[in-house]
Amino acid sequence: MTGSTAVPQHPEFLWRNPEPKPSYDVVVVGGGGHGLATAYYLAKNHGITNVAVLEKGWLAGGNMARNTTIIRSNYLWDESSAIYEHSLKLWEGLEEDLGYPILFSQRGVLNLAHSLQDVRDSVRRVNANRLNGVDAEWVDAAGVKEICPIVNISPDVRYPVLGATYQPRGGIAKHDYVAWGFARRADELGIDLIQNCAVTGLDVIGGKVVGVRTTRGDIATGKVALAAAGHSSVLASMVGLRLPIQSHPLQALVSELLEPVHPTVVMSNAVHVYVSQAHKGELVMGAGIDSFNGYGQRGAFHIIERQMSAALELFPIFARAHLLRTWAGVVDTTPDASPIVGLTPIENLYLNCGWGTGGFKATPGVGWCFAHTVAHDKPHPYNAPFALERFTSGALVDEHGAAAVAH
Amino acid sequence: MQLISCPWCGPREEAEYHYGGQAHVAYPHDVGAMSDADWADYLFFRDNPRGPFAERWVHAAGCRRWFNAVRDTGTHEVLAVYRIGEPQPELGTQASR
Ligand SMILES: Cc1cc2nc3c(=O)[nH]c(=O)nc-3n(C[C@H](O)[C@H](O)[C@H](O)COP(=O)(O)OP(=O)(O)OC[C@H]3O[C@@H](n4cnc5c(N)ncnc54)[C@H](O)[C@@H]3O)c2cc1C
Ligand SMILES: [Zn+2]
Repeated sequence: MTGSTAVPQHPEFLWRNPEPKPSYDVVVVGGGGHGLATAYYLAKNHGITNVAVLEKGWLAGGNMARNTTIIRSNYLWDESSAIYEHSLKLWEGLEEDLGYPILFSQRGVLNLAHSLQDVRDSVRRVNANRLNGVDAEWVDAAGVKEICPIVNISPDVRYPVLGATYQPRGGIAKHDYVAWGFARRADELGIDLIQNCAVTGLDVIGGKVVGVRTTRGDIATGKVALAAAGHSSVLASMVGLRLPIQSHPLQALVSELLEPVHPTVVMSNAVHVYVSQAHKGELVMGAGIDSFNGYGQRGAFHIIERQMSAALELFPIFARAHLLRTWAGVVDTTPDASPIVGLTPIENLYLNCGWGTGGFKATPGVGWCFAHTVAHDKPHPYNAPFALERFTSGALVDEHGAAAVAH
Repeated sequence: MQLISCPWCGPREEAEYHYGGQAHVAYPHDVGAMSDADWADYLFFRDNPRGPFAERWVHAAGCRRWFNAVRDTGTHEVLAVYRIGEPQPELGTQASR
């Protein structure tokens, strides 16, 4: 160890990398944000620690570290605002709870309105949010400019800004830190996080799930909690379960690092773009989904082109910014743009999926509720409305207006 | 951007097409006799495999005709295109990873 050429010590590992045990009380499939948060709350809230999280790649290598990190709770219906607001409240204490920095920044979220119909829908949503105790305001175009001075509010563009809904408590966080924070605490509580372990089969005996087959051997288990996001249909098909889900590419991009210019988060469903500026300085922009079903974790370039032209009309100041990289995740969309969280026709097999383009914000909330569902074999009141049966009963929770292409 | 072959016009840019989801989903036969579960299945449930998938496309900015394709959803590669009314081509059982 002499001079400046010495290789520094490896920093402290945030979790062990254990070999899988032959059996667990609960196996969580998928090491994204939802799987990790579920494992953490199983241990913390329910004292269930003989748990493995099985991840086919590396922790948070799926949508968790590919999303644009927008957090908000201003959804239209009571059912949605209950679970998203529960999640937002957990975000507000999460850094302290996890004892790990997650760069949660409540810089506010603007959802722009570009047509009379947008305006009416937005005002209705603001009123619904207020009745549910969710902070929400309607701001006119001048108000938008005041909150975010770089937005172009001139009336002579293709989609003029007529106003916006504003949720001051919304914002962003650093997605990979969030995953690591949950992983580290779950590991400390005794949970085994097992990477490079793909689930290839589910063993069912007498209508009850009893084990999983994996690329690292068979594992017996009392319960299986599926949290595989874009791959949920593939896992469900292993037990012949059909889901009302279509998996699509969803792309995002970043610019190079720039001076701070963008103080908040701006989203527009009509022109399919949402933009914030990360702490480091890169502009982070998300697109709408690619139209076709796809598991390829990449999408078409014309989607990026359209998204950038929309962004330029809204933010002329970005004209000289450079695109640094683009990427895609695989998102699990549902017919009503709401998630599916609950029991399945197979005993001890639990389902969390269908968060589509907007499940990052739900990470702590769904972890909390899904852990409850698994621990008690009964949905938590916040996820009870999101059962698979709603597609048969007709009790859909249509959030296309609030979720739309974006989140 | 991918090139997709319209069975009438030949290879064109993906942006000329619109996607129509799973192919060969027939309108239900005896609608009066259908249960809620049957309706749910028809309205909301579609296959979502990783691998070869028979699906509909329309050449919206071209001949404006619908056709079917088999595309691998894992690689996004179009494996075959065929006209409406033609049977789904046999492609063996290659599945993507
Ligand atoms: C480009 C983009 C932008 C987005 N922007 C936002 C946003 O701004 N705000 C927001 O709220 N949401 C956003 N989302 C959505 C959000 O990322 C997802 O809803 C959320 O991450 C899904 O939960 P997850 O983190 O558990 O998923 P994932 O991280 O995808 O976790 C699922 C895991 O399951 C694993 N898996 C799959 N099959 C198997 C198997 N057979 N065996 C073992 N493991 C398996 C996968 O490898 C993966 O790691 C965005 C998504 C994308 C792609
Ligand atoms: Zn054509």
